[in-house]
Amino acid sequence: MEQFAFYLFSVLTIGLFLVTVLSNNVLYAMTSLAAGMVIISGFFFILGADFLGVVQLIVYVGAVMALYSFGMMFFDATREIKEKNSNAYLVFFLGGMIALLLVVMFSAPIMGEGIVAMYPSPEGANNPQAVGLVLFTKYLVPFEVAAVMLLVAMIAGIILAGKKMDDSLTTKDENHEEEMTFSLKDVR
Amino acid sequence: MDALIIETVVKAIVVLLVISALAGFGTYLERKVLAFMQRRLGPMHVGPFGLLQILADGIKLFTKEDIVPQHANRLIFMVAPAITAATAFIALAAIPLFPEFTIFGYTIRPIIADLNVGILFVLGAMASGLYGPLLAGMAQANKWGIIGSARTAILFLSYEVVTGLSILAPIMIVGSLSLIDFNNAQAGGVSDWMVWKQPVAFVLFLIAGFAETNRTPFDLLEHEAEVISGYATEYSGMRWGMFFIGEYANMITVAFLASLVFFGGFNPIGFIPGFLAIILKVSFFFFLMLWVRASWPHVRPDQLMWLCWKVLMPIAILNILITGIVLL
Repeated sequence: MEQFAFYLFSVLTIGLFLVTVLSNNVLYAMTSLAAGMVIISGFFFILGADFLGVVQLIVYVGAVMALYSFGMMFFDATREIKEKNSNAYLVFFLGGMIALLLVVMFSAPIMGEGIVAMYPSPEGANNPQAVGLVLFTKYLVPFEVAAVMLLVAMIAGIILAGKKMDDSLTTKDENHEEEMTFSLKDVR
Repeated sequence: MDALIIETVVKAIVVLLVISALAGFGTYLERKVLAFMQRRLGPMHVGPFGLLQILADGIKLFTKEDIVPQHANRLIFMVAPAITAATAFIALAAIPLFPEFTIFGYTIRPIIADLNVGILFVLGAMASGLYGPLLAGMAQANKWGIIGSARTAILFLSYEVVTGLSILAPIMIVGSLSLIDFNNAQAGGVSDWMVWKQPVAFVLFLIAGFAETNRTPFDLLEHEAEVISGYATEYSGMRWGMFFIGEYANMITVAFLASLVFFGGFNPIGFIPGFLAIILKVSFFFFLMLWVRASWPHVRPDQLMWLCWKVLMPIAILNILITGIVLL
């Protein structure tokens, strides 16, 4: 049963991400990326890591993809996009890297036979507790560094976006509105 | 193992059928309640008290022509309603609907998948429900649809933070993510209910829940007066019906979540047995959504973002901070 689910999810994930990469249509790419993210959470559920699976759902499917799709609003989603591959060397290099990656992936089961968990989860702790224990003991420093990085990113985002935060677009008085239309015309 | 699979499948089918039927009945209730609040009669011609209106509507929905617009992206256009309906029912899978009961000597636990991270799973599944309206709006080559899906993204980016942060404070008190643990933590009667300890979190969760289910005052993605029907403009027949079923299933899910997390879940109150207690609570929250729809105008998108990010989120963080200090 688990094997069946694993192979089903693997095929679906690879197929969906291939669509993401190969499709010329923004809408197909976005949909298949989101669906692939959902199916990756399925792997976590198969492995018994319920917490990580749910976090995958909330963070990637929810937050990250919602931001992507908000960006997609500025494109015509029903039109095909012509891609330019101007740099042939880059394609060559990436192709070689993918081949190398495939070799590593297929040899991973052979090389990784003797792997044991360095920090086995304690008996009786359920999933979120096990994650919390590892996070706040072994990986405390990376965790804090990540937190500081996110804080820096957040402050930077506020500064970048907040330059004209105080004047709202909808409650502007007449004069300002005229100015805006003029400037828009100029741009066109 | 086989018994477990069969039991799960049966439960899933029962939940699917019952909730779909309730969604149909919900439309009748909504029209009737709204009508009485606005001094009208509502549906009254088909059957006694207009009860057969549901059946008439159902026949209409099933037999209506399924139109796909010419320039629409056919595949995505046809898949989008299924996403809404499916995620709504997937979210219901991790919710313990009733207390355990025994039928023919066989104990049934009315929860499809007893995850130990149930509450996060429900929120995550409902969050992925945003792709229904989003893709529907973008696939239909209609400007109202595009505006509808842009508003979906805005709505989602606004409420998601508030939902998560508001529910974090009760999670800290209970110390578990399982909805069954939430229920058991409030087993001591009305005085044990979480709402007395976390009134702020409850209000925040309720506001975010209204946004999550696209109910008035936050129904900005399909507000007729502004964007025709938003993401659902080009839909007809059963595909439109699937959006509708998904929305009502989401309402029921949020009502269950609110009563499980804040209002004692399916614990018996005095002489009222557990299963009746939770039905009463869920019905109350369902009625509350209709009540609010009849009473309040809806907000603009920028007002919603202002509300969520500048008012509700700071309150939620303060609430978590105070809860943490008290718990320490």
